[in-house]
Amino acid sequence: MKKYQLGEFEELVIMTIGILNNQAYGVSIQQEMGSRLGRAISMGAIHAALTRMEDKGYLRSYPGESTPDRVGRPKRFFEITALGKKAITYSKTTRDEFWNAIPKTVFQTKLSH
Amino acid sequence: MKKQDPFPPRAFVTLFRWFCHPRIVDYIEGDLLEVYYKRVNESGKRKADLGFLIDVLLLFRPGIIRPKGRFQNLNNKSMFKSYFKIGWRTLLKNKGYSFINIGGLALGMTVAMLIGLWMHDELTFDSSHPNHDRIAQVMHLHSANGDITTTGSHPVILGDELRNNYGSDFKYVVHARWTDPHTLTYGDKMFQHTGNYFDPQIADMLSLKMIHGSRDGLKNMNSILLSASVAKIYFGDEDPIGKTMRLDDHADVQVTGVYNDIAANSTFNDLKFIMSWELFMSQNTWINEMPDPWGSNICQTFVQIADHNDIQQVSEKIGDVMIKNVSESGKRYNPLVILHPMDKWHLYSTFKNGVNTGGQIENVWLFGISGVFVLLLACINFMNLSTAQSEKRAKEVGIRKSIGSAQRQLIIQFFTESVMVSVFAFLLAFLTVALLLPDFNEIASKLITVPLSQPIFWLACLGFSVVTGLIAGLYPAVFLSSFQPVKVLKGTFMTRPHGALPRKVLVVVQFTISITLIIGTMVVYKQIQFAQNRPVGYSRDGLVSLELNWERKKHFEAIRRELQNDGTIIEMAQSGSPATEAWVTNAAFDWEGKDPTQTVSFPNNAVNHEYGKAIGWEIKEGRDFSRDFASDSSAFILNEAAVKFIGLEDPIGKTIRWKRKPFTVIGVVKDLIVQSPYTSVQPSLFHISTNNINVALIRTNPKVNTQDALAKIESIFKKYNPTSPFNAAFVDAEYDRKFSNEKRIGKLALLFAVIAVAISCLGLFGLVSFVAERRTKEIGIRKVMGASIANLWQMLSREFVILVVVSCLISIPLAYYSLNRWLQAYDYRTNIPWWIFATSCIGSLMITVITVSFRAIKAAMLNPVKSLRSE
Repeated sequence: MKKYQLGEFEELVIMTIGILNNQAYGVSIQQEMGSRLGRAISMGAIHAALTRMEDKGYLRSYPGESTPDRVGRPKRFFEITALGKKAITYSKTTRDEFWNAIPKTVFQTKLSH
Repeated sequence: MKKQDPFPPRAFVTLFRWFCHPRIVDYIEGDLLEVYYKRVNESGKRKADLGFLIDVLLLFRPGIIRPKGRFQNLNNKSMFKSYFKIGWRTLLKNKGYSFINIGGLALGMTVAMLIGLWMHDELTFDSSHPNHDRIAQVMHLHSANGDITTTGSHPVILGDELRNNYGSDFKYVVHARWTDPHTLTYGDKMFQHTGNYFDPQIADMLSLKMIHGSRDGLKNMNSILLSASVAKIYFGDEDPIGKTMRLDDHADVQVTGVYNDIAANSTFNDLKFIMSWELFMSQNTWINEMPDPWGSNICQTFVQIADHNDIQQVSEKIGDVMIKNVSESGKRYNPLVILHPMDKWHLYSTFKNGVNTGGQIENVWLFGISGVFVLLLACINFMNLSTAQSEKRAKEVGIRKSIGSAQRQLIIQFFTESVMVSVFAFLLAFLTVALLLPDFNEIASKLITVPLSQPIFWLACLGFSVVTGLIAGLYPAVFLSSFQPVKVLKGTFMTRPHGALPRKVLVVVQFTISITLIIGTMVVYKQIQFAQNRPVGYSRDGLVSLELNWERKKHFEAIRRELQNDGTIIEMAQSGSPATEAWVTNAAFDWEGKDPTQTVSFPNNAVNHEYGKAIGWEIKEGRDFSRDFASDSSAFILNEAAVKFIGLEDPIGKTIRWKRKPFTVIGVVKDLIVQSPYTSVQPSLFHISTNNINVALIRTNPKVNTQDALAKIESIFKKYNPTSPFNAAFVDAEYDRKFSNEKRIGKLALLFAVIAVAISCLGLFGLVSFVAERRTKEIGIRKVMGASIANLWQMLSREFVILVVVSCLISIPLAYYSLNRWLQAYDYRTNIPWWIFATSCIGSLMITVITVSFRAIKAAMLNPVKSLRSE
């Protein structure tokens, strides 16, 4: 994990952005994550993570249109940069390696209890 | 979507906007609002508000909070850098206008700074004494014939009475004479300095800073305190303590202390040495032997009230101290004692009918207002030139706005430019002030220095230049920044005729002020001239006055004969007062038909028989004093004012009683101007006496060069009286000194008028240059079509000439009204003739035409080929 700094919550956020694909902005990310995780995520947590990841270069943002239900405030859409993609891929591969390294017997022992 | 009726509580939104990073505030706010409205629809406003608050609070975390200052500063710094860069380039681009702007503003600021320094000096007068708020002079009012006069001279016993019976109210009560010239001799050094007799507590009262000796030095009767400057003259670097000096040839005094010279802006600044009051009393033993000690006014009384007291309260408390003690005849004058606080001595010194009505403070305000006006003139120049150039800068404003500049930023940009100009002008003005201060001090008779070491001064300067810049830049900043980019860039933008209106108004204001000042200057000078030309009733040329001491009096006849015999002088006479002052005023006159309730007080001069011949008065009726009539020892000569006042039909031979003794009127002389040349002449009398003689009046021979005559007179006087200094004064010079105050006002008014006219013309020149430049093409085409230079000159000048004519029409009634009020203060005053208005108006018109023509003719002579080819 030295190569790419990516926290667990950040990883979830960046994957949600991937899921939302071009429609990712503060509220939609909050809802998507909320429904998938089954718990409410605070706006602060999401925006803090977004800002941090943008600073790291994993995300790129661009201003969107402003709509009446936002009283004229523009949306800020996010997309994953190439670096961001590498980072989650790396994270996933590392995880898989760890996963695969666990002997199958560990689960069996557990089941036998 | 329906219009957003509900909205999260403002306070939460404001809180969020305050802490959030400005770069992302809009997006997050949008998200918050979107969630908020969703919640409003789902669960109502209350819950939504609460949710909003929680969201906002949870957003308060690093990454979202605004970085401490860095973000803002970064942006502003570069923006200000750009403002300064653009401002500097604009100044360089229009060198001519920049010069006019900075030069004019610097001129105005110089005047404002000089006046500011002067006002500061005046307003802090006497405050160099730490006890200034507790010191007061005792004054008393006395009524006579319905008039209340206020005087600071009292009986000696008044001070003693205050000290003995009101002791707890006062810390110090100090007797004093008046600060007069005295002669001090040490070895072969003999000079005159001004000094005074005081009780010893004066040193503590004035908080004198002693260099040698102590403040107790005056306790001994024959002691003297010297100021540092005087001590240096006599003793150089020697230690002066214990040295014995000769005072006025009648007493030996020992130096017991040396004090730092008293500050220039103090009432006591001419107090160069202090003698003991005891010494004065010992030399004038008659004071203690008077049958009625409350009957004669002999001294001044200064007090410092006790620490817990209020001057006003003490003043009320001691009000009746005189009326309780004076004799029955004195009670008629209804004397009321008051305290005049030190803080008011200088600025509020005038009393009218017993009420303190002001004084110098009026001049302070007058000059303060003039200073503000002159500065305003310079600011107007700046406004005018900036708005006149607005068309040139309109495109710049348009482009800046379409790129995204906010009006606020444009306003800041224009303010930056004007503050830059005013700071440059300030630096220039500062140098000029430093250069001019010595001359200014001379005109204003002051000792002002620039308080370079005081931070408050620098703060004031900084504030002053920034405020001036803001005032000067206010109109252009608001006006220029309000242009609409669409109109400006489409090229249809024109300053409509009414756009020039404010500019015209400003020019009219400028010239109104200038012309009023010109008229004012002329009237002040006319008044001085008028008073100077007032017939004085005697001849001043070659008349010399000299103080007499007992030795000179003893040898008077011998000196006179000797001088007359060698033809140096025509006549030499004795008098109680110099020709230009009335030292002796007597009451107790009575005559047939006098209203017994009427109290009178006339100047009554003691003279000898030759007086009339020496000063050259004009006998209107009767005859002069003569040694042929022994009865002249009880005879009066009256002036015309006295005849009128007493109401004598045929004055010669009538009897007037003085102290119950009958005097016969033998002659009437034309009024002599003795006191102020501006007031009406007081009824005065002259009588023959050998007592109360103080002055010799010497009429030099007109055939002899005055310098030679003076040298000759000095040598003869020295022969008979070698120990006293020879201090002769020319009467015409003494008389001229009565005009110094008015001359000073005249000089300053002239200075202001010249500067005001200069600034206004500078501004006008700038405007004409601008108009000529803008109309270069039009002028070219007109020339091609056959317009003559004269036509074009007329075309360019007309507008400005009309403005100046309007200014003339406004300033005439304005000047007439205010000058009439100024003149009311003088009994003997000039009228304001029409030609003063005519000359001022024609003069300013001519100056205008010359200024305008300077540029207009140049523009009109331009070759049309060149002007049309350009672009």
